Amino acid sequence: MSKLYMARNPRAAARSLDGEMMIMSGRDSTLFTLNKTATILWQSADGATPLDEIVEKKICTEFEVEPNEALADAETLARELADHEILQISEAPIIRNAAGEKR
Amino acid sequence: MCLWEHAGCCKRKQFNQRRIRVPLPRFTTEVDCLSLVVEIGGMPVRVHTSDPGFLGILQDRYAGFVSHTANVEIDFEVEIAQPKVADPDADVEVNYHSGRWSLRRGDFQAEWEPAARRGWIRQTANPYSIDAVLRIVHTLVLARQGGFLLHSASAIRNGKAFLFAGVSEAGKTTISRLVPPDATLLTDEISYVRKQDSRYVAFGTPFTGELAKLGENVSAPISTLYLLAKGKENRIDPVGPGEAARSLLSNLLFFAKDEELVQTVFHSAFEFVKRVPVARLTFVPNERVWELIG
Repeated sequence: MSKLYMARNPRAAARSLDGEMMIMSGRDSTLFTLNKTATILWQSADGATPLDEIVEKKICTEFEVEPNEALADAETLARELADHEILQISEAPIIRNAAGEKR
Repeated sequence: MCLWEHAGCCKRKQFNQRRIRVPLPRFTTEVDCLSLVVEIGGMPVRVHTSDPGFLGILQDRYAGFVSHTANVEIDFEVEIAQPKVADPDADVEVNYHSGRWSLRRGDFQAEWEPAARRGWIRQTANPYSIDAVLRIVHTLVLARQGGFLLHSASAIRNGKAFLFAGVSEAGKTTISRLVPPDATLLTDEISYVRKQDSRYVAFGTPFTGELAKLGENVSAPISTLYLLAKGKENRIDPVGPGEAARSLLSNLLFFAKDEELVQTVFHSAFEFVKRVPVARLTFVPNERVWELIG
């Protein structure tokens, strides 16, 4: 099974307020409030850590959930956030240059 | 004297360009360039027109907001166009390209070049089109300074400004109509919020809603933002920061398709809720609600 890497989309604006993560899509200014799991994914989306590692170290330790089930749910969520252009996903590590552009 | 040389405002008619030594009747005629400075939120904007009728419309529309300052932030030249079938409710388009903002709706077209501090507006002789242009321009200027226009009524009482935000039918007009004599209405529809150092100040605006009453041209530091709800009793309830930010964002007026500026406005909303108390004001539509405010 191939790895999935995620990076925060620099076109999205994000703010955490009182533990609530809110993100505005750069595409159409839609506002999203992330739940706890989505917030973990967003905060861990560094482009270098694969999703399975994030799920294993940050989701399965926080929630009582089967690792395979958690990974499937996380992948679905990551793809949804990518559809909204909040996250960028790739099967290879996502490396940015100094201007924040993908390389 | 018009500041600009190009056609549209000052029509300079040259009838004769030969060298003539003897004095002749004037061969150059200038059409007076009329202008008016409209100062909203402390930002003076000069509007030039060659149409005296349109100038009269502006003087009526912005009474109380006319300034005599010579130093203006923007000069707009208005070209009055012939009426044509247009939909004033069509979506507004605001785009930035090559140093210029382009503003377009069914009933007007405009450009504004911030670096040159000038622009033009093409519209028919009505107050609504230029009103929309001014609103948009103010949102763009305010965005860079941490401020914004908010879909809310606002008023000053005891030296403090209070904002009352909500969607249509939430009660903005009602609370404005109930403003007591010791309070000053700033607007019944669109509040002007400017960041000054570490505080936020609300200014009166001529941008009216259903009440159709111009706000007073005064300002005061913002004390509280109330989220309006009509109910069976008058009460104030606390609002969590997340809900406060979401409500503020959903009531902000911003029209530009510009990712950088949208992000700036997004962060400005969060800065605002960090510094200004936000609460829910549930009220019965009578004057007693004002006993809770101020």
